[in-house]
Amino acid sequence: MDLSGIRRESEYRWVIEPSGPMRVPAVLYADDALIRDMDDKVRQQVCNVASLPGIVGAAYAMPDAHWGYGFPIGGVAAFDAGQGGVVSAGGVGFDISCGVRALLTGLQREEILKVQQALAHELSRAIPAGVGSTGRLRLSSDEMDAMLTRGARWAVERGYGSVADLPHIEEEGCIAHAKPGAISQRARQRQRDEMGTLGSGNHYLEVQWVAEVFDPKIAAGFGLTAGEVVVSIHCGSRGLGHQIGTDYLRDMALAAPSFGIHLPDRELACAPISSELGQQYLGAMRAAMNCALANRQILTHLCRDAFRRILAGSELGLLYDVSHNICKVEEHEVGGVKRRLHVHRKGATRAFGPGHAAVPEAFRSFGQPVLIGGSMGTASYVLAGAASGEALALSSACHGAGRSMSRHQATKQWHGRQLVDELEARGILIRSPSLRGVAEEAPGAYKSVERVVDVAERAGLAHKVVRLEPLICIKG
Amino acid sequence: MGDWEHFAHGADIGSRGRGATLEEAFAQAASALTAVVTDPAEVRPASAVHVACRVPDRELLFCEWLNTLIFEMATRRMLFSRFDVRIDGDALDADVFGEPVDVARHAPAVEVKGATLTELAVRREPDGRWIAQCVLDV
Repeated sequence: MDLSGIRRESEYRWVIEPSGPMRVPAVLYADDALIRDMDDKVRQQVCNVASLPGIVGAAYAMPDAHWGYGFPIGGVAAFDAGQGGVVSAGGVGFDISCGVRALLTGLQREEILKVQQALAHELSRAIPAGVGSTGRLRLSSDEMDAMLTRGARWAVERGYGSVADLPHIEEEGCIAHAKPGAISQRARQRQRDEMGTLGSGNHYLEVQWVAEVFDPKIAAGFGLTAGEVVVSIHCGSRGLGHQIGTDYLRDMALAAPSFGIHLPDRELACAPISSELGQQYLGAMRAAMNCALANRQILTHLCRDAFRRILAGSELGLLYDVSHNICKVEEHEVGGVKRRLHVHRKGATRAFGPGHAAVPEAFRSFGQPVLIGGSMGTASYVLAGAASGEALALSSACHGAGRSMSRHQATKQWHGRQLVDELEARGILIRSPSLRGVAEEAPGAYKSVERVVDVAERAGLAHKVVRLEPLICIKG
Repeated sequence: MGDWEHFAHGADIGSRGRGATLEEAFAQAASALTAVVTDPAEVRPASAVHVACRVPDRELLFCEWLNTLIFEMATRRMLFSRFDVRIDGDALDADVFGEPVDVARHAPAVEVKGATLTELAVRREPDGRWIAQCVLDV
C-alpha cells in the first residue's frame, strides 16, 4: 500500500484524514508488514466507505483487510439512520451472516488420534460439502418462512440440537425483525436443497485441539483447556444469502440516483436506512442471518451424530457462534454520546468487551468469545472482546487470515493431492470432494493468521485466549 | 480456448470476455464463469436451458446475465459450456447448453456466489471489439 498521506497515530493504528468526498477519517489497524502488504485497493475502498452518507466516527479496516467489493473485506462502518445514514448490500457481502461456530467436545487430542481416520471418514460422509451437494431437508414454503423468522430456534424446535445451545449463539439464535416477504422467489428456490450444507471455497468443518493457552482464566471460563478438542464450523447463509445479496446489490445500484446519493463507484451501491428499499434489504438480510444460524445448527447436529457413531457417549457442547458478514443495530458511544447505529461488519467479527449485556451471562465477565478461523492446515484462535475495542473500532476485530494470493496463482503453485499428502504427514487429515478446491485454499495463499491476531491484540481490539491447531478438515 | 480470461482480485476472481459483438463478449465472459468452477472443455453441451433477463442499464444487464447463469447452475446443479446470446436494447435472452455436475469428471473447484459490481465494465475497445467484465464472489 502507498503510505503517502497516511499518518501513523500509534504503532498499530494508521489514519487517513478526510479529504475530497470523505466525511470521516479512515482508520487502519496493522503493523509495518501488514500495511505494506495490503493492496492499494483497500485504501481506496476504505476511503470510499468514509464518503458514504451518514457514516459515523470513521471507516475502519481490520488487520486482515483485503480488496473486497464496495467495502474492503475486513471493513467496519456505522451509519446513523437519523442523519441520512445508509445500508449497503456490498457492505455485508453475498455470504450474509457467514460466521464461525465452535463446539466443545470434552475430549483430549489423544482420544481423537486413536480414531482420526475413522472420524474423518464419518464426518466427510455426514457433512454435505462442495459444489452441487445437497442437504437432506426440503422445506415447504411455510417451513421456510418459519426458519427465516426463527433461525436456530426453529432448528432446535425441529430436533436439531438442544435448547441449551441457544444462549451461546449471537442473539440467542434468532435475529428479530426478519422479513421473509422481502426475499425473492429465486432466493427461496436457491435454498430449497441447501439447508444443512457447508458450501465450498474457504468454508470448512474442522476438528482442532487447544495447542496453546494464552489466558488460562478466560480459557477456563470459556470451557477450554490445553489439549482439549474443539470443532469449528465456518459457513453462512448458503444460496439464499447469495441471492439476496445479488438481488439487492442490483436494486440499490439502480435506485441510487433516485436517492440523490453520489457514489464514487457503483460497487458501493446503498440505500438510505429509512427508505423503503433500505428497510426491505434489512428485513431480507436478517432473514438470511436466521438462515445461517439455522444452517450452522443443523450442521452441528450432523456433526454430533457423526462423533457419537465413532466415539460413543461423546457430548459436544456449544462454546459460541458469531457471524462476520452482517449489519446490526447496536448502541455505541461516539464522541461521548451514546448512539444507535447500523454497524456493517464485512469480514470483521463483533468483539464486545467484558460486561456487555449482549454477551452470554456465562462469559460476560470475560468478554465475548471472538472466533477467528485460520486457513486450511493452519491455526485458528479464540479471542475475547476487549473493553478498549469499543472506542477503537466499534467493538470489532479481524475474522481470519485474509488471502495474500489469488486462487489462480495458488493453483499454479500447488497441487491438491500434494497438499493433502503433505498435511497428512503433519497429522492433519483433509477431506474434500475437490482437489482443485484444496489447491486454491492452500495455506500459503493466505496471510499469517498469527500476525493478524497478534496485531488485533496489540492494537487493543481483542485479547488472545487460545490457539487451536487442526486435526481433521472437511472442506467444500 | 475462447476469447475470455480471468483477472486477479485479492480474495475472488474476475471474469472477462471479449468479442466482435456485445453478445459474443457476454458469451465469452460466461465461459470464464464456468472456468472458475471447472474446465469448460469438460462440460458437454448436452441439454439446453432458456434464460432471459432485462435491466435498463448495459453494465447491470451484464451482471444480471452472469447472476442468472449462477442461479441456474445452483438450482439445476448444472454447468454450461455453450451460450447463444441475443441482446435487444435492455433485454437479453439466451439458450445455454450444458450438463449436470459430475463431481468425478468435472472436479468442481468452488461454487460462485454472485457477480459483483466491482471492476464492472461493458465497453467497446478502440479496435471496435467489445469487452465485458466484473469480479465474481466465490
